[in-house]
Amino acid sequence: MEKLTRRTFFKAAGATAAALTSQAQALTRDVQEPAQGQAVNAGAAPAASAAPVHYIFFRPDEARFVEAAVARLIPADANGPGAVEAGVPNYIDRQLGGAWGAGERLYRSGPWQAGLAGQGYQLPFTPSELFRNSLRAVNDDLQKRRNTTFDKLPGKEQDAYLESLQTGQQSLNGVPAHTFFESLLALTIEGFFADPIYGGNKDMAAWKMIGFPGAYASYYHLVDQYGVLFTRPPISIGEDNRRTIHIMPASQEPKAIGQNPVHGTEAAHTTRKGGK
Amino acid sequence: MATRLKEVDAVMIGVGLVGTMLGRELTKAGLKVVGLERGNPQFTVPDFQGPQMHDELRYAVRKAFMQDNTKEAITFRNNVNQTALPIRRWESFLPGTGLGGAAVHWNGQTWRFQDSDFQMRTKTIQRYGQNFMDPELTVQDWGVTAAEIEPYYDRFEYLLGTSGLAGNVKGQKNPGGNPFEDARSRGYPTPPMKEPYGSAIFRKAAASLGYHPFPQPSSNLSQPYTNPEGLTMQTCMFCGYCERFACEHYAKSSPQTILLPVLLKDKNFTLKTQSHVLHINLSQDKKTATGVTYIDASGKQFEQPAKLVILCGFALNNVRMLLLSGIGQPYDPKTGEGTVGRNYAYQTMSTVQVFFDESVNINPFMRSGANGTAIADFSCDNFDHGPHKFVGGAYFGDVMTNGRPIEFHPTPPGTPAWGAAWKAAVVKHYNHTIVLNVHGSSVSTRNNYLDLDPTYKDAWGLPLLRITFDFPANDLRMSQYITGKAVEVGRAMGGRLVNGSARKGPYGITQYQTTHNTGGTVMGLDPKTSVVNKYLQSWDVPNLFVIGASNFPQNATYNPTDTVGALAYFSANAIVNQYLKSPGRPLVQA
Repeated sequence: MEKLTRRTFFKAAGATAAALTSQAQALTRDVQEPAQGQAVNAGAAPAASAAPVHYIFFRPDEARFVEAAVARLIPADANGPGAVEAGVPNYIDRQLGGAWGAGERLYRSGPWQAGLAGQGYQLPFTPSELFRNSLRAVNDDLQKRRNTTFDKLPGKEQDAYLESLQTGQQSLNGVPAHTFFESLLALTIEGFFADPIYGGNKDMAAWKMIGFPGAYASYYHLVDQYGVLFTRPPISIGEDNRRTIHIMPASQEPKAIGQNPVHGTEAAHTTRKGGK
Repeated sequence: MATRLKEVDAVMIGVGLVGTMLGRELTKAGLKVVGLERGNPQFTVPDFQGPQMHDELRYAVRKAFMQDNTKEAITFRNNVNQTALPIRRWESFLPGTGLGGAAVHWNGQTWRFQDSDFQMRTKTIQRYGQNFMDPELTVQDWGVTAAEIEPYYDRFEYLLGTSGLAGNVKGQKNPGGNPFEDARSRGYPTPPMKEPYGSAIFRKAAASLGYHPFPQPSSNLSQPYTNPEGLTMQTCMFCGYCERFACEHYAKSSPQTILLPVLLKDKNFTLKTQSHVLHINLSQDKKTATGVTYIDASGKQFEQPAKLVILCGFALNNVRMLLLSGIGQPYDPKTGEGTVGRNYAYQTMSTVQVFFDESVNINPFMRSGANGTAIADFSCDNFDHGPHKFVGGAYFGDVMTNGRPIEFHPTPPGTPAWGAAWKAAVVKHYNHTIVLNVHGSSVSTRNNYLDLDPTYKDAWGLPLLRITFDFPANDLRMSQYITGKAVEVGRAMGGRLVNGSARKGPYGITQYQTTHNTGGTVMGLDPKTSVVNKYLQSWDVPNLFVIGASNFPQNATYNPTDTVGALAYFSANAIVNQYLKSPGRPLVQA
């Protein structure tokens, strides 16, 4: 049997994935290790190639920053699509525009005071307020100091600017720069790896890239096949159409377990690699 | 004004694991019982079903099953010189809410404490002398022994259907089980679960170093099982969505799968959900509980009179309820006097990452909450502490629970936090890394305690609970020594790179460690140093029983749930067979 690697599987896992791969490869030519002169294009390319997105929260200037920034946080390259191709700006937009952005599950009573690092988040901002204030400050800063916008900077300068946020204590309209950066990075990673129903991880590309199968209900027959390479395409909550409802069984017959189509067919789809 | 309801025999505050168990025992004894649960009703069907349950963002990251911080938070500081601030979002620990409580979204790790845990002070002094422990430690005996509790562990594990391999049945050592456990009266109800790849690699390495690996006892079942209540459970499917999630497969023991359906059919039992208890009501002399006052979802207040009150919420909420109700003397760290809130403890966790070559597929997503292989060679008092100058210990092993990628994407030290190099490292290591868990004990000290916050309030205007906690030096020394041992095993596992670091202070609430918060209403033999007697009956208010991990005088090496369940049955037995014969009387004279 042919030995599958993650990347050959990634290329073989259906038409959608194949299309994504070629898109990623096309991007790779632009983005990977850009020569000095190509750097401007490299910074702008991912946003330009993304499908049009209708934002519910971001204003155009905010969207331009977020699209360009997440493309540097998780770039498209030989390993697969980046945050923009995976729809991460769309994910962040919906999070900030929804209940979570408005402070769902966030204790919001004062008095407000800065705490120790170990006491966690102590700012009065909801996530949407935090982003709006920070983005306004970032865009004002670049406009004022350099008469430009983030998305127009060459890739390396974008990275340097993001690093200045990551390690910075400067106030972005009341938000410490590093706090904004941490929130942006956390949301970017969430959007990249969360189920596609939330608007990111388009076509489960991030899952395919690392080999995470998603919402499968069972690995009972695989867990003791040491080193097995799982090659079935991932499952999203949204695309699952088996609609399996597990009714409390009247009997203890274990054969009931085998009736679920997800079980018992792995031998045809998997091959061993490594192994013990 | 509260509407006064008809008196019942018993009212329970919280219908989680303990509430369900006590509800069953008391209704069986003929009592009319009302269970008040602040959260929503929820059941395997339709609430816990796939594929929606397999949503890492909703349940693991946004924590949909947990207490809503907008209504009730907790404040935290390391010591009395700091100002406690609210934990605005849960990270370090995750208090649950809703019918079934934390036992809906637990992992199912089902460990018995050892006799040296229950008699920690006595046994430490016997073996190491009077001055061995740091002076700040307030470690004390529980008032029960492992042998006394054994029948109740046994009964609880047979309710859960726990899967495991006994190491010691009636003194007969059984190869492959935990050789350090105290004698159990019979084997586990179901055999151990399948051993995943990472655990098999750990087993081989640990055995090669002379240690004694065994399957972690698990309440994710290895095979179908019908418990003594007549409820049937199914085989765990290793789906990788266990802790922070509810089980769609009827394979994880939780009130919904092991007991609630039976209790809810009992005419003596009334469940009221979305019923939030504000306080326990007392008689004029404060020596008798007269019932509770609660508020329903629409904001209406009710008084539920009862002859017997069972406080059985999450450990932290048990402590707060006593403080809000003015029961017992709050602990004062300056004088060391008072008992309510005293001896708060936690767990001392660390991890060791073992990075393998890309040809080794670990498949971390093929896991359950409680399967894995561990060693107890450094747990409890299973090794000579003499040279080490600390008490307590840790078990460690490959007990990985999932490969959910938002939160699990290990990279070697030195990897940038973002960019192409980060992405390449995530791809390279995601399916090729084993993480060992080092699960360490937590001693109680004079300085770590719980009380009411002077500033911050909940949605009903009542003070939040305040945690004052930092890792005791004893536990940091313990973590240093045993994490080092885990690194040695990690190196023997054949990976390319091993990265482990011991737990360091100060304690902070920004990263998940464990939800094993213990103490504050501790059990014991002396009313000066405990809130409840060995039967979990309040010393101050004898018709009040307080049950949960809040009873632990300090926290042991192992996970707490098995001990909470055993204590609940032990207490229920005392209520039914002793207390009800002369209600209102203390079962132990102070």
